Amino acid sequence: MNKREFLKKGAIAFIPAAAVLQALIRQAEAGATSGAGAAGSPTPGYEPRDHWYGMGIEVEKCIGCNRCAEACKVENDVPPEPFFFRTWVERYTVKQSGETEVECISVNPRGERKTQDEREALRSFFVPKLCNHCAHAPCVQVCPVGATFTTADGVVLVDSTRCIGCRYCIQACPYGARFFNHHTNTADKCTFCYHRVVKGLLPACVEVCPTQARVFGDLRSKASRLVRFQRMNKINVLKPALNTEPKVYYAQLDGEVR
Amino acid sequence: MIAQVPPNLAELLGQVIGYIYPNEIEIHWSILIVVYPYLTGLVAGAFILASLVKVFSVKEVQPTYRLALLTALSFLLVAPFPLLLHLGHMERSFEIFLAPHLSSAMAMFGFVYAWYLMGILLLEIWFEYRHDLVVWGREHKPPLRWVYRALSLFSTDISERAVAFDRKAVRTITIVGIPSAFLLHGYVGFIFGSIKANPWWSSVLMPIVFLMSAIVSGIALVLFLYMVVTSLRNEPLDMKCLDRVASYLFYAVVVDFSLEALDFIHRLYQSEESVKILAQLISVKLFTNLVILQVLLGMLVPLAVLVAARTRRANPDLRKLLYFTSAILIQLGIFSTRWNVVIGGQLFSKSFRGLMAYKMEMTGLEGLVTTLGLLIAPFVILLVLVRLLPAKRVGEAPVHPA
Repeated sequence: MNKREFLKKGAIAFIPAAAVLQALIRQAEAGATSGAGAAGSPTPGYEPRDHWYGMGIEVEKCIGCNRCAEACKVENDVPPEPFFFRTWVERYTVKQSGETEVECISVNPRGERKTQDEREALRSFFVPKLCNHCAHAPCVQVCPVGATFTTADGVVLVDSTRCIGCRYCIQACPYGARFFNHHTNTADKCTFCYHRVVKGLLPACVEVCPTQARVFGDLRSKASRLVRFQRMNKINVLKPALNTEPKVYYAQLDGEVR
Repeated sequence: MIAQVPPNLAELLGQVIGYIYPNEIEIHWSILIVVYPYLTGLVAGAFILASLVKVFSVKEVQPTYRLALLTALSFLLVAPFPLLLHLGHMERSFEIFLAPHLSSAMAMFGFVYAWYLMGILLLEIWFEYRHDLVVWGREHKPPLRWVYRALSLFSTDISERAVAFDRKAVRTITIVGIPSAFLLHGYVGFIFGSIKANPWWSSVLMPIVFLMSAIVSGIALVLFLYMVVTSLRNEPLDMKCLDRVASYLFYAVVVDFSLEALDFIHRLYQSEESVKILAQLISVKLFTNLVILQVLLGMLVPLAVLVAARTRRANPDLRKLLYFTSAILIQLGIFSTRWNVVIGGQLFSKSFRGLMAYKMEMTGLEGLVTTLGLLIAPFVILLVLVRLLPAKRVGEAPVHPA
């Protein structure tokens, strides 16, 4: 066999062999994930394709108690330092002068607040923030290895066993919803408490909200609270011009909120 | 690896101006990510300068040809290290080859890099040096003989026909290499330019600006190295070559400056939602780096110096001095450009209401020491390469003073 023939035959043998290997790897991976799913034990018969989750936030109902952010940290083992949040609450004060002051009350929830002179303030309100689980998520688009992905039920998740920690997704998120978890060395973010949701429970932040400012639901179910919320309110989303199609819907959202 | 929250985050919290989202306090792409585009820029620029010799037959630049190729190789070999060191999971980096997520601008990185290194640069250098390697393999004593033989991949044919084929191969590779060099660095620009969440980065001009600044920095580096290496060897500088390279440098800086000015004017005129915070970013955080270092010292002064060298009919010694000065200033300017893009783009909140602070580590994995190491490493590699693979062709006449 001369050199040329050897290369030709080698190439012919190599291509199908690689394809078979790839198929085997895929199969093994699929087996592994379905196994993990069983261990996480969602409700028997839970079919992700039948759901499409989102959240509604009624801005006027939020009293800024910060229980959502605290519950989230406990439920999801979010690092305790005040630089890492899967959800947080912002306080806005729009002044007579037109100037707007914003503060994140979750950073120092028990700290002293600067009291605003009532005569100066035009309006003031709290805005809870979290990952918007965008239908057209830029973080999913930019992940170079597909570690960030959208589930069939519309939740954006990070596979921490696959994430290489390049942090491109953190740069791509327009909402500052992602952070770098220094314990796993991977990107981290809100999961809508996916481990609870697949069991039919509510996300921790929704569960603890004392004023029901947060509404969680399935957009595919006409009977869901979220669909009712959308029917009863004028809805807005954050940064609509970026075409990320967020699935966190705000009622009575002020134009000052970004 | 022991997980640790960066200790300086609490300190940085005190330096925030205005309002930022709470997760934004950490600057994610550190000095290492500044170094990466700086290095690849030098690679692309040096290669494009080398290509002028082969594709456009610019004879004057011939003395810098081999040096430019070896410079490109030395810098390209070091280029992936800042990226690897930056990853949270370095051991998973190969995933980018095995399971690239095709919608990601970053996913093609490994392939673009591998193509440029193995498909273009190594191949071109091998064909360029093959004849000489064979000769050196015969002339030298072991162990150097074995090194040269191995480098020549044990080829022995230095007949007229074989050498003619080498020349043809070099030319073909260079022709493919020019768009590849454009791709390599334009692609890095695209990784930044395609992030719509960040108005400082998001610009269609970004890949082109990256590319032009790459050409500027690469030419300036080869000019600098040519002057240093030739002086170290006690050989006379070829003034024709130097003038030609300097004139290319001048045109490249003019184009680069025009593009960046266009980008700036466009943003200012469009005056979008982000314009106020970007103006604040420039005046509060980037004034020294952007206005003084990048624009004034890194562009306008070298331009003036190059113009002076051309129009005043300066004598050769003064010209050398002027070229040398402008080459160094330009390196400083381009490094600032990379800094201003990478770090600058992370110093303002995406709420457009506040500014963050960046404090470089000294000794950490992403600190100043690592950075300096990464910037020095290519020169060390180049030193070895230049020793091993002399720029002077076998049988070439010794250089005479110009």
